[in-house]
Amino acid sequence: MKQFEALTRKQGSEPVRYLIVDDSVFARKSLAKMIESFGGQVIGEAGDGCTAITEFSRTKPDIVLMDITMPQMEGIEAVERIVQQHPDARIVMVSSVGYQDNILAALQKGARHFVQKPVKPDALYEIIRYVLNDDGVTATVGAAEEKSR
Amino acid sequence: MKMELIQPFIGSLDAVLAEMMQEPAKIVDLTMEVEGYRRKGTAAVVTFRGQIEGRVILDMDPGAAAHVAGCLFGSEVDSSEPIVRETVCELANMVIGNAVTQLNDRGFQFKVLPPEVLTQEQCDKAGNDSEATVLCFETSNGRVYLNIAMKYLQRRTRERSAVPVA
Repeated sequence: MKQFEALTRKQGSEPVRYLIVDDSVFARKSLAKMIESFGGQVIGEAGDGCTAITEFSRTKPDIVLMDITMPQMEGIEAVERIVQQHPDARIVMVSSVGYQDNILAALQKGARHFVQKPVKPDALYEIIRYVLNDDGVTATVGAAEEKSR
Repeated sequence: MKMELIQPFIGSLDAVLAEMMQEPAKIVDLTMEVEGYRRKGTAAVVTFRGQIEGRVILDMDPGAAAHVAGCLFGSEVDSSEPIVRETVCELANMVIGNAVTQLNDRGFQFKVLPPEVLTQEQCDKAGNDSEATVLCFETSNGRVYLNIAMKYLQRRTRERSAVPVA
């Protein structure tokens, strides 16, 4: 997999910390591999919306990558509950289902962005960079251009 | 089954295989089946509900499924490993999610349920309620089958709204 210029937190150039929420082990591993190529750190994983809420409170990640269709509690409801408790949460929806209604519902509940599966690393990198810079809490270090190794 | 329902699945599978297997796939066969489904390799089923109801089965030759899982891990994966079944489930989720998104854009409304590994019991039931269209794609690592069984329950929103009020 291509390596990208590392995205880091604004203070102290620490790696950006991610929580991955998806009921598919394959999807979680695939996203974790991309995050690694962005210089990030996966600090938690969850396979459903309920666990995502608990894991968010426990880990306080910089970014959440959240699937929509999951057992027990779906991603959009989990977004609503997380944002109610943590208004600054930065959540990017990652789903194979890209209905306009789903995207709008997720954004209205507080998600920051949406990316459709299969996820292209370049697209996810740009979206995360945008979301990190959007509120000035975190920022990228170095040029954004992708470099091949 | 109308071609307008099948075409999005063809385009979606083609795109997902190209992305995940890093190679093109070509359709080599298209058949209609009415009997219980006979699994060819590792298979997952996704059910959807809404204005069209039905289910789609993604069935991959063991070599093809193991190849996709191996691409993720960067090493060879045995086709009997659990991650291969997970891989097929997630590929099914992507293919069907992308296809129903296209159908949704055309006015159909769906609810997609999470993918499940296809069991023998589900195989036996799979052909009982409706006719299925089976598409066979060929890749350099084996064949990939898409079995689509869907039926209209309601007209599309835009068609319904176009009906003049008496």
